[in-house]
Amino acid sequence: MEPVLAILVSLFLAVAIYLMLSRSLVRVLLGVVVLGNGINLLIFVAGRLTSATPPIVPPGQKIPAGLFANPLPQALILTAIVIGFAMFAFLIVLAFRAYEAMNADDTDQMRLAEPEGEPRPPLEY
Amino acid sequence: MVLHPTSLADWVVVLPVLLCLAGAAVLLMLRTLVRLQRWVCLAMLLSLVVCDGVLFRRVLADGPLAMTMGNWPAPFGITFAADVMGAGFALVAAFVALCVVIYMRGDTPESAVRDGAYPLILLLMAGVSGAFLTGDLFNLYVWFEVMLIASFGLMVLAGNPLQLDGAVKYGVLNFLATALFLAALGLLYGLLGTLNMADIIGKAARADLAPLTAIAALFALAFCMKAAMFPVNAWLPASYHTPPPAISALIGALLTKVGVYALVRMLVMLTPEAREILSPAILAVGIATAILGPLSAIAETNLRRAIGFVLIGGIGVAVLPIAGANPFALSGGLAYLVHAMLTMAALYLAAGLIERGRDQSDTRGIGGLYAANSLLSVLFFVLVLAVSGVPPFLGFWPKLLLLQGFIGANDWLPVFVILLNALLTLIAGARLWSRLFWRGTGDRVSLPVMPLAATIALTVAGVVLALMPNVLIASAQTAAYDLINPARYIAAVGLSP
Repeated sequence: MEPVLAILVSLFLAVAIYLMLSRSLVRVLLGVVVLGNGINLLIFVAGRLTSATPPIVPPGQKIPAGLFANPLPQALILTAIVIGFAMFAFLIVLAFRAYEAMNADDTDQMRLAEPEGEPRPPLEY
Repeated sequence: MVLHPTSLADWVVVLPVLLCLAGAAVLLMLRTLVRLQRWVCLAMLLSLVVCDGVLFRRVLADGPLAMTMGNWPAPFGITFAADVMGAGFALVAAFVALCVVIYMRGDTPESAVRDGAYPLILLLMAGVSGAFLTGDLFNLYVWFEVMLIASFGLMVLAGNPLQLDGAVKYGVLNFLATALFLAALGLLYGLLGTLNMADIIGKAARADLAPLTAIAALFALAFCMKAAMFPVNAWLPASYHTPPPAISALIGALLTKVGVYALVRMLVMLTPEAREILSPAILAVGIATAILGPLSAIAETNLRRAIGFVLIGGIGVAVLPIAGANPFALSGGLAYLVHAMLTMAALYLAAGLIERGRDQSDTRGIGGLYAANSLLSVLFFVLVLAVSGVPPFLGFWPKLLLLQGFIGANDWLPVFVILLNALLTLIAGARLWSRLFWRGTGDRVSLPVMPLAATIALTVAGVVLALMPNVLIASAQTAAYDLINPARYIAAVGLSP
């Protein structure tokens, strides 16, 4: 099962990189989402896929019996999903506001902070 | 399994983070009470400085201090661990934030306060303190994100188009960096089965070196992006000059340093074997950053962008000792970070005063400040000398330690680069000085009291630290020793080395 998921992760990352190389901000943001999900899946695979027994300790015992699922990657992924979602929500609002302010979603045309065609810096002291 | 309750004194390890988070929550509730917000924020940051100071003294005297959430035995549960490096950086960062908030008293419109400038600053400080004090890699990731989202909010505070443009580039690239950090973290967990830093040290030494080095390289890439190292630093000059000067100063002084801190922690302390393999790459990137930063600053005409490039050059210098990791040079690198936090914050604040006085940010349009305000001239001159490392000022001592370390190890390339960086930074600073202060004439500039006082406080703190460098040098050397021989750290966390 791991190799299949590993290939899926690489597919996610490839799509994400392709989208993020775009000049259009919306595609970049879609790439960011796909990247986040690919990485979440990566953490899941890195935590090893075991049988589906839940990691619950039976009464009177100290550890769960037999093979059980690793709960830690799930906790990590849950945190990462929440954080990634919050970041994405912020970024998409930011992109919309930037689109309103500059009338552009092409990063080549977003040059307010770094204006093009500035005169050369003075050569003398 | 609760063995014994944590003693009250040990709470000081998490108190900085708790203070900031609680303060931010209180400030959110006081949203409409603009005047009160400033005072509460100041009080919180003052107690943060005191708390970090107590922690730093204690760590300096007794060695690293750790506690694990829920009193779980060490590799389980989230560990907070303060060593000399982390506690020292947290202390300096808190002081910088305090000065910035004093500056903001005279320089922030009421609308920005209503939009939450002060709670965001406290949240940012929670992220910064947490990043410096945590002993768990995933927790470090969470603090990075706390820091990031707070800085997003601060970046776009007034919401003018210039800021939005800067924030888009800052936001996307920094989010990408933390995503890479997360990926590296997942892979490291897959390899070692632990994310507790003290536990990683032991397990990484026994792990297969090839995958470990690949993972360390991914970590290094992510942290280099956060630290604005050369090939991946395009976001910094695109964004750090767009928010109000106080915000520039805060994020410019702190966020990139957290990136360098994470790089040092990861490569030097957690995976020293992988560091040895990666060191040529780190050296090359450090050299490129240290030279290209000030070169770009020489060619830049926007005042705060020029300062941003000087900042990037300083990051390059601070990263060089990671490639060599001899204790002397490493202590120089750590001391350099302290210097960079204080001096860069002061430079950004001084730039804010200049831009405010002349109402523009293009160095070609500003002139004659020497006659217009002598106090500002003195401040800026001291800062230019400090940032390029001229002897009586703060930049000198870290560079001396660095040079001593590298010469002792017979490593002449970094020596040459550090000296070249100092020269280029001096040229860039002198160009700014001659353009802003000596050339042209202009009306007298009167400056508001609070912003000026904050800038003076930061500058004077740097000068005092430079005149009494023993504290800085001794603690930097302890910190470097603890990084290279982490036995004390591991024992404090409660694991056997």
